Amino acid sequence: MSILIDKNTRVLTQGITGKTGQFHTHHSAAYANGKRAYVAGVTPGKGGQEFEGIPVFNTVIEARKETGANVSVIYVPPPFAAAAIDEAVNAGIELVICITEGIPVLDMVRTRYKMKNFSTLLIGPNCPGVITPDEIKIGIMPGHIHKKGSIGVVSRSGTLTYEAVDQLTKLGLGQSSCIGIGGDPVNGMKHLDVMKQFNDDPETEAVVMVGEIGGSDEEECAIWVKENMTKPVVGFIAGITAPAGRRMGHAGAIISGGKGTAAEKIRIMEECGITVTKNPAEMGITLKKLLS
Amino acid sequence: MNIHEYQAKALLAEYNIPVPAGSACMSPDDCTAAAKKLGGDLWVVKAQIHAGGRGKAGGVKVASSIEEVSQHAHSIQGMNLISKQTGPQGHIVKRLLVEEAVDIARELYVGMLVDRSRQQIALLASTEGGTEIEEVAAATPEKILTAYAISANSANGFNQNDLTFIAEKLGLSGPTKTQAIELFNTLLQLFIEKDASLVEINPLVITPAGDIIALDAKMNFDDNALYRHPEINDLNDPDEQDPDEIEAAKYDLSYIPLDGNIGCMVNGAGLAMATMDIIKLYGSEPANFLDVGGGATVEKVTNAFQLMLKNPHIKAILVNIFGGIMRCDIIAEGLITAARDIHLSIPLVVRLEGTNAKQGKKLLADSGLSIIAADDMADAAKKAVDAAEGQS
Repeated sequence: MSILIDKNTRVLTQGITGKTGQFHTHHSAAYANGKRAYVAGVTPGKGGQEFEGIPVFNTVIEARKETGANVSVIYVPPPFAAAAIDEAVNAGIELVICITEGIPVLDMVRTRYKMKNFSTLLIGPNCPGVITPDEIKIGIMPGHIHKKGSIGVVSRSGTLTYEAVDQLTKLGLGQSSCIGIGGDPVNGMKHLDVMKQFNDDPETEAVVMVGEIGGSDEEECAIWVKENMTKPVVGFIAGITAPAGRRMGHAGAIISGGKGTAAEKIRIMEECGITVTKNPAEMGITLKKLLS
Repeated sequence: MNIHEYQAKALLAEYNIPVPAGSACMSPDDCTAAAKKLGGDLWVVKAQIHAGGRGKAGGVKVASSIEEVSQHAHSIQGMNLISKQTGPQGHIVKRLLVEEAVDIARELYVGMLVDRSRQQIALLASTEGGTEIEEVAAATPEKILTAYAISANSANGFNQNDLTFIAEKLGLSGPTKTQAIELFNTLLQLFIEKDASLVEINPLVITPAGDIIALDAKMNFDDNALYRHPEINDLNDPDEQDPDEIEAAKYDLSYIPLDGNIGCMVNGAGLAMATMDIIKLYGSEPANFLDVGGGATVEKVTNAFQLMLKNPHIKAILVNIFGGIMRCDIIAEGLITAARDIHLSIPLVVRLEGTNAKQGKKLLADSGLSIIAADDMADAAKKAVDAAEGQS
């Protein structure tokens, strides 16, 4: 088991004829069951072409009908990415993973509002994607640092997620699924939504939750964990040294009006029973100690 | 992106939201000429910088004669304005705004922003005008009234009943209430059409005659949407930005200078923050935030090193790269070339992890440069802190 994606997932790449879409589709298809998993690509006006044996369609609905793809990954440039999400949602795709960074916030407000009437789940935007080790990789993360196992990882960051995964793997702790929910202020699944799925997944035994300054997602997740989570959770929050009022790279990583500080998030997470380490080099070992 | 008060007021005026008559000035002479042109017998001279807290810091003054306008303009222009928001180093005032004084019966607060949890646009209003909304939120949250919208059309715009309720709660009635409701709707239209991320009118003044006027205005815009708003992009004032940050942006580096003495160069925003945090954890302070992004080319690394070295307090540099798709051997080559080209003279600690990390480490070791190799993040932080201490 795993969450969100597994070896039976069938993926279509939106923006498959672009440089980024091609690069990452190539690497994702080369990982584990990728050859069988990546069944279609979509680029308007490029229907009928092929990319490394993967057929390209003009529309998502056509691609889904012809290939049975149930998950979409988006590498479309920012001005068109929200519309690409809308198209996937309207076509009945179950899960949309949007890698694109730099989508205007109000585009995402409109897209999220339209999604209310659909059951489609969204991961991202501005995220590394999702991987279920040894089964399927959908996104830009390096596959080889992962190892199959029972630790769930959820994070707002890219390379900091790889750091957490690498520490786990080196300690012999494999992962059930690793979910990068992205660094944008308005996004799809939050820490909380992912945490619920990990709690329900029989294969996941514990969770590493990586957060950062800005917003209140980590706090909302922590409060849920306190009441409902049956598995141990280790946390790390990046940005304890970040100055207030400055955007730290990610559009969503900003302390505004004294809210969203690392100290406050850590305080609430600890109050809710999450084992928080303040040392980013000790995410893995903290979990290992907690499990033994 | 932030803009000045006078620019925000010009935008409000474009949308027929009442603002005081006034004009932006670059010199004291401009100010006296503007006051004469405005007429009347009472004016306000306001420092135009992006940070708030200008009034308390002496950047906003009332004048009852042209001579006084000149005096105030002379004292404000060029002053180093220090407020809570500028930080202790302050900010030099270059631009001024001269306005007619406005009769004030009441001061309200009106703000608009994207509510991250609700994923909607939020209108915030309060009777506590003139006070920072964060203070009101902390002390008397019940005084903040809210309404939500997705777009400016009637189906997904504000619920008009909510707006009537808010206006009445603000103590408004008759034509003033109508004006306020119209303002809320117009502000939403502006917010959406211009891709704003924050609009604040604080205070929104009610005059003794019952008219509403935006006495102050603050606006931020979504950087991700500037590509479709050249007219907003044109309002950018480079004097309000750190010159190093402007230079960093040219090289597609995300850079924020800080107070410490260990420079850090990292790929990825989250890992960059975590690297700053671990430097602090091991007893020192980061000199900057620097995310080199996905492609750490020789050119990018060279520019990043040069930016960090501009900081006179820097004692050591810590490079922390988790090469995923990016190969560590390529990054190592970039680091070696950059360090050689700029004759790097302070200790350089490098931690490379991920694809081809071994080859990368070997290249660094064989380079003949005195690069300190680190095995993991903790080791890197310890070595950087030790190296920086050895320098001081």
